[in-house]
Formats: sequence, C-alpha cells, structure tokens
Amino acid sequence: MARRPIPLALGLPRWPGAIAAWLVLALTLGTLCIVALRAGTGQWLGPADWAAVRFTVLQAAASSAVSVLVAIPVARALARRRFRGRSLLVTLMGAPFILPVIVAVLGLLAVFGRGGLLNGVLSAIGLPKVSIYGFHGVVLAHVFFNLPLAVRLILQGWLSIPAERFRLVATLDLAPGRFLEWPMLRAVVPGIALAIFLICLTSFAVALILGGGPRATTVELAIYQALRFDFDLAGAARLAVLQFGICAIAAVLAWTVTLPQAQGGGLDRVVQRWDGGRLTKVGDGAVLILTACFLLLPLAMVVTRGLSGLAEMPISIWPAALRSVLVAALSTILCLGLALTLAMRRGGALAGLASTLPLAASGLVIGTGLFLIVHPFTNPARLALAVTALVNATMALPFAYRAIAPELARVEGDYGRLADSLGLRGWARLRWLIFPRLRRPIGFAAGLSAALSMGDLGVITLFATGGQETLPLAMYRLMGAYRMDAAAGVALVLLALSLLAFWLCDRGGRVDD
Amino acid sequence: MTDGLWLDGLRLEQDGFRLSADLSLKPGQVTAVIGPSGEGKSTLLSAIAGFLAPVAGRVVWDGQDLTQIPPGSRPISILFQDHNLFPHLTVNQNLGLGLHASLRLTQADKAKVERVLDRVGLADLGDRRPGALSGGQQSRVALGRALLAKRPLVLMDEPFAALGPGLKAEMLDLAVEVLGSAGRTLVMVTHDPEDARRIADAVVVVAEGKAMPPVPTQALLDDPPEALRRYLGREVG
Repeated sequence: MARRPIPLALGLPRWPGAIAAWLVLALTLGTLCIVALRAGTGQWLGPADWAAVRFTVLQAAASSAVSVLVAIPVARALARRRFRGRSLLVTLMGAPFILPVIVAVLGLLAVFGRGGLLNGVLSAIGLPKVSIYGFHGVVLAHVFFNLPLAVRLILQGWLSIPAERFRLVATLDLAPGRFLEWPMLRAVVPGIALAIFLICLTSFAVALILGGGPRATTVELAIYQALRFDFDLAGAARLAVLQFGICAIAAVLAWTVTLPQAQGGGLDRVVQRWDGGRLTKVGDGAVLILTACFLLLPLAMVVTRGLSGLAEMPISIWPAALRSVLVAALSTILCLGLALTLAMRRGGALAGLASTLPLAASGLVIGTGLFLIVHPFTNPARLALAVTALVNATMALPFAYRAIAPELARVEGDYGRLADSLGLRGWARLRWLIFPRLRRPIGFAAGLSAALSMGDLGVITLFATGGQETLPLAMYRLMGAYRMDAAAGVALVLLALSLLAFWLCDRGGRVDD
Repeated sequence: MTDGLWLDGLRLEQDGFRLSADLSLKPGQVTAVIGPSGEGKSTLLSAIAGFLAPVAGRVVWDGQDLTQIPPGSRPISILFQDHNLFPHLTVNQNLGLGLHASLRLTQADKAKVERVLDRVGLADLGDRRPGALSGGQQSRVALGRALLAKRPLVLMDEPFAALGPGLKAEMLDLAVEVLGSAGRTLVMVTHDPEDARRIADAVVVVAEGKAMPPVPTQALLDDPPEALRRYLGREVG
C-alpha cells in the first residue's frame, strides 16, 4: 500500500514566522486600507499628484545614474591601487548607510548651502552663488548616500575577477577593459542601479529639507503635506497606492536582473595588473581624492560646527536623546524578532513578501493607519513614540532580514541534520545552534536597525506633541527656527549616538567568548 | 516480528533516483553497506535515520514502526561525513547533547560525560572547542556522543573518510570496541572492501537500485556476486 511521504520533523517552528508575516502585511497593506477606508471616496489623481510622481521617478533615476557613473572610476581606482588609508576609505564607504539623513543634510548644507564652503569660494573668485535647494540638491544628497554603496558593490565585482585572468590578458596583450571589466560591469551595474533607484524612490527626509514646493516634491513628501497640513486622508491614501505602484514596477524590473549581494569582508585585496601608465595613476589619485573630499568634508563640517554648537543646545535635547535611545532599542528588538521569525520559515512566499513590502511602503501611511486604529481607544498622541518604534522596525526589516536569512539557511544546511538527529528542537535549537552561529549577522542587523531608528525623521514629524520630540525632530525644529549653531550641536550628538548604537551591536556580534 | 532492524518493503525516491530495500539486520552486529558511489548508500542511511520519507514500506526497529517518527526521536544515532560537531560548543557540551538536547546536565550526567571522555581517550580535553582538536580527536568526540546517547542503532555514513588510512582503521576499531561492546548495532557505509573485512560481520550490497539482504562478510568478499564483482574489479577471482 502506497503511503504519503511523511513531512520531516521541523527543528524550528514555522508558525511564529507566519504571525510575523501577517503582522507586517497588516502594517503595510492593512494600514493603507484603513487610511483609504477612512478617507472614503476621494477625487482621482490630480496634476499635483502626477507632478510628484514625475519628480520622484526623475530624481531617483538621476540619483541612481550619477551614483553608478561616478562609482565606476572610484571602484576601479580602489581595485588597482594600494595606498595608505585604503582600507579606511573602504570602511568609510560603509558609513553613510547608518548616518542619520538629517545630519548628512546639515553637513551638505555646510558645504554646498547658501553660506557654505563652495559658495564662499565661488564668490571669492567672482562667480555667482549656487543653490542646493530643489532637484539637484535632492540628487546631490542621494548621491552622497548611495555613491559609497555603489562603490562597494562594484568593487566587489572588480575583485571577483580572478587575478589569473588579468595575467592571461596581459600575456596576450589584450585590453583588460574590453575583455574583463566591461563584461563584469555589464553583469553587476544594472542590479546596483536598480537597487539605488528603489532606495531613492521612497526618500522622505532629504526631500523634506532640500525639496518642497510644486516642482521638487516626492510622493512621500506629498503624503506628509497631505497629512500634516490638510489632514487629507484620501489624498494620503491615494498617494500611498501610487507609491506602492511605482515601487512594484521597479521591483518587477529588479526581478529580471540579479540584485547585488552586499558582502562584509574581502575588499582588502588589490588586483595586480600590468596595464596603464603614469597618467592613469594620476587620474586614479584625483578620483579618489575628490571622492574622499565629497564624503568627508560634510562630515568634518558636522563635527567642527557641532563642537562649537554644543554649548548652544537647549537643555530639552537630553530628554529627547533619551527618547531616541529608547525608541531605537524598542525598534531594534521588534525588528530582530520579525527578521528572525521570518528567516525561520526558510524561504516561502509569505516570508519573501513580508520582508520586501516595507521597501515600497510609506512609513507615514503606516503611522497614520496605526493612529486611526488606536484613536477610538486612547489619545493617539500618547503612543507617538511606540508607533514610531513599530514603524521604524518595519522599515528596517528588509535590511535585517537580508542580513540574517541567508546565514540561517546556511547554518541549517550545515548543521540541521545533526541537530535533528540529536532532537534539538524549538528553544534548545535556538539556544545551542542558531543564536551562537548567527551572532555576527544578528549583531549587524541589530546595529543597522538601531542606527536607522535613531536617525529616523519620519512618522514622528506628523504626530509628536510637546513632550515627545526625538533627537532628529528636535534638530529639524531647530533648523526650522534658523538656530543653526544649536542644530549643529544636536547633529553631533545624534551622529555620535547613531554610530555608537551601530558599533555596540555590531561589536557584540563579533566578540568571541 | 523480529528483533533488530527490519526494512519492510522500503521504496525510496529522490530526484528521479530510486532504491528499494527489503531486508533485516540482526541486533548487536556490525553491517557494512557497500557498493558503487551514486547508487544510494547514503540515501538508504538517510531514510533509516528519518531524513528521507519513503514512498512505500516501513522502517522497523525491535518490532516498533519508526516510519512516522522524527529523526531525533528514533532509537538511532548517526555520524555524518562531516559537520558531526557544533564548532561553537565545547567538547563537553557536544557530548552533553547526546544526553539532553536542553543541555541541562545533572552532576550524574557530568560524571557520565567525564567517563565517556576518558573512554574515547580524550581526558582533559573537555573544555576545548572542536577547532582546537585534530581530525582524529574530533571523530573520537562524535563516537563518544553516540556512546552517551544510549540509542541502540548507530549509523555511520563514512564519518572517517577524510582521515588517512591508518587513522581511519584506528577509528573503525575504536567504534567497534566502544560501541560494539556496549551492545550497539552498527551500520556503516563504506566504499572500501577492506573496511568491511576489518570490522563487519555482514555486508549489504547496494547496486542497481536495490539494497540486497546481508551476507556474511567473508563469504561475500571471497565469492562476490556479479554486481559487486564489477565494482570491486581487481578482486575478481
């Protein structure tokens, strides 16, 4: 008698991941439905909506194109030159991702703003001043954030070309550019460009500070304006659907090209090659110096101005800092819980969907939906910080999941059978197999989500009342009041806290007992 | 109803690969599973251990049907080709997992671990991590855990293949000495007839999609059937 194959024993339960997945679906799509339902039937897309869509897509495309085009020569220079401080520069390329957006923007303003370094130089030599506000300002800020990411990923591509190939090409007297580098770039660049495009599509804080006005409003910023100034739920829901639509199209495009995988180490190698003379050496040097200046000057300005601004900070900054730390801690715990339980499902459509949806979601709409849910029961403003933590956890989930899930799959692949045969199930399996072997990715994911939450200027801008400012919001308000010295001081504190949060978590994952 | 292992009309399928087995092994014996690579020796062990569900038939131990029982609850220990120890746990912890998956060990348990450590010749190495041990020492830890686990059937999927020939022979002898004398039933996969000659009472030949009933080692190797003859090649005689 034929029997159905029995299902294999599950060392790790799948149901917590199902709960997490449905929670994320409720947070992303459910909140959108609630906002839309509450809004009732609104009007169809108006010209302002289309302007926002056009601006969003154009700035994301421009940001992505510039980032990648600049990153190619930088990555090539890093791939073929060995110099003092090279590994420091490569490490630095990882920093902008965890940099609070508002801090980076303040640094960019100090360099490219009206009274910034660049305009100082320009007016000294009698040239007209440039403005950082508008389309090119938004693109500039996005390039600042994404150029390092692009450089690291393209550098990986370069270093993945075996050294033997360069030797072969040299002995045959062929051009390495045509036979080795161009095929590599053609393989990796489309995926990188699309990833950056996706990241820039949902940009909010950059557009909030450097954009604005009818000609420089992203969809996410338009959602903010609809909610903040008009409490126009219908408008916000409409725009959120629009944003999902744009991101879905981009995601489908991304499906057709392979997305790059960020790797931690292995970027220390320098490829030895035999082409190029003095001229390329000078060119590489110039490219690297310019890039380092572009990335370091704004940060240096944050630090120097921040030091002198520390004394100007209002005393209310310290409670705000404490709130930010608490929000970041709560958000990190939530995010890790979601990412781990989803990863325990070991693939599956539900986990894949739940770990991707937040990339396309609007944090503002999630927050608004949550407020509408709790509104009948309590004064939503009292929950502003909890809601912020929950939204931050959701938005950081895609990154945390991608750090943890592949590693968990690898550990299960290597040790799953041994654990099964020993009857290591449930908590014992987590305690003795999963947690010890996943320390590094868990630490990295925790650091990432803590830093992202610490620096987040999103949903909190909508709902915080008097005593609920977080550090980024306090800083934004100081900037709005033109108290730039005080804002610079806060920026330094925020920068230090974000880096410290990342460092502590990441370090915790690396310590071997 | 028989004592020992009974593969009752077992049929396995995996990615278009098929294997059938209808045989029983006497308790307390050492059986070698031998045959060309790719014929399914490891697959057969996977099915007995519970990692692969059969499409038909049963796996029975001492009259108890194991087919629906998950691997960790079967009266079976298994030693894999690699990844037999958790590298982040100490030798003592790796051994302790043979007693309790929760690793909550009583004083009596700890004393047992200590005795087994001694038995496999690793006294004083209990606090080391596997990475600090040689390949042979790691194999000893895995054998020690199988001894602690008190599960009557021990499957060995060429766990010593990566060791040199001398060390491999030493480990096989130790396995029989330690586990055999404790009354365990041993089933080991090997591609080397010398391994079988060294320690096995009986041999199961796996070839052409079928695991054949066990034959006494000496008789088999002296007069191999056609399928095995082709595999052994040089030993035709």
